[in-house]
Amino acid sequence: MNCCKEKPIIELQAGQKLCKKHFTEYFEDKVHKTITKFDLIGKKENLGVAVSGGKDSLTLSFILNKLSKRNPKIKIEAIAIDEGIKNYRDKSLITAKEFCNKHNIKLNIYSFKEEFGMPLDNMLKVLDVKPCTICGIFRRYLLNKKSKELRLTKLATGHNLDDECQSIMMNQFKNNIQASARLGPKVGVKINKNFVQRIKPLYLCMEKEVATYAFVNNLLDEFAECPNVSKSYRAQVRDMMNGFEQKFPGTKYSIVNSFLHVLPGLKQRFKDEAVNYCMNCGEPASRDKCNACKFADKLNKAKDKALVKIKQ
Amino acid sequence: MQINVFFDRENKEKTIEVDENSSVKDLLGKMKINPVTVIVSKDNNILTEDEKINDRDKIKLISVISGG
Repeated sequence: MNCCKEKPIIELQAGQKLCKKHFTEYFEDKVHKTITKFDLIGKKENLGVAVSGGKDSLTLSFILNKLSKRNPKIKIEAIAIDEGIKNYRDKSLITAKEFCNKHNIKLNIYSFKEEFGMPLDNMLKVLDVKPCTICGIFRRYLLNKKSKELRLTKLATGHNLDDECQSIMMNQFKNNIQASARLGPKVGVKINKNFVQRIKPLYLCMEKEVATYAFVNNLLDEFAECPNVSKSYRAQVRDMMNGFEQKFPGTKYSIVNSFLHVLPGLKQRFKDEAVNYCMNCGEPASRDKCNACKFADKLNKAKDKALVKIKQ
Repeated sequence: MQINVFFDRENKEKTIEVDENSSVKDLLGKMKINPVTVIVSKDNNILTEDEKINDRDKIKLISVISGG
């Protein structure tokens, strides 16, 4: 059934076909309902938006910027992390800068090179480690650290329903229930002053919906994928979930919605787990050293070895 | 019918042969591409799966799988 006389651009799972105008309204309404239902944003916030220049973060920034204009007590600024992935991150950051400039959003950029001594591409030459592992650890470390320095009250990320579905399934396959306890529209098991609360306003939006919104609202020209993703475990789970969704529409929603029912119980179960602090940098850690410092140590040792080899 | 298709994920242009009266869904099926993973556009307008395509149409497939 078509929404109106205008040409439809998307068909929802329930069968309704929406034109550009009505799809935009539907999508933005869904985001606002997610924010309200899960109490993601208060009446007064210094809200950070993690921006990469990709479709998810630009869509998120676009909608939150509109929200901020309607509610001046909700201030927003963008944070971007430059991991140093050649021909990917350099290009997307240009898009991020243009976008933030156009919409008058303050953009703070922090790089792996400045903070850890080398870009990710070089780290992968020196260390035998999965790209997404080290990238994720350093990126989350920087996002938290810099969010605190910027005195942000919350940090919004562009994680969508597909991302969450993949994470849920990955944790199930790897028997990592504690990791699942940290999932959800509000990340983490309990409030901790050393973690800037992360929120996911696009939580109930499918990846194809986000891409469609970004396309019809001309938010970016190119949809690029990180070159390191294709080798990852996540990519395999993603392809599996897309296969299921094609054959059995509604699978992804079902996985996430059923997970939301058990999530409060998971958070309750793990709420008393101790949070330690890294003896090196003071950031939260599961043991005496945080993962970022552990990898930084490995990196330094490997760099020294590499330098010795070259000198020899 | 011959359809000119550019797929951004492969950065390649191909000519695909489909039957008369084919739809976007038929085209994707012929190319073995999951409709969940792409936006289909013609002249910068999105086409839904049930829309019919015409001989010598220039179609762009935009992968929604992006980011990292």
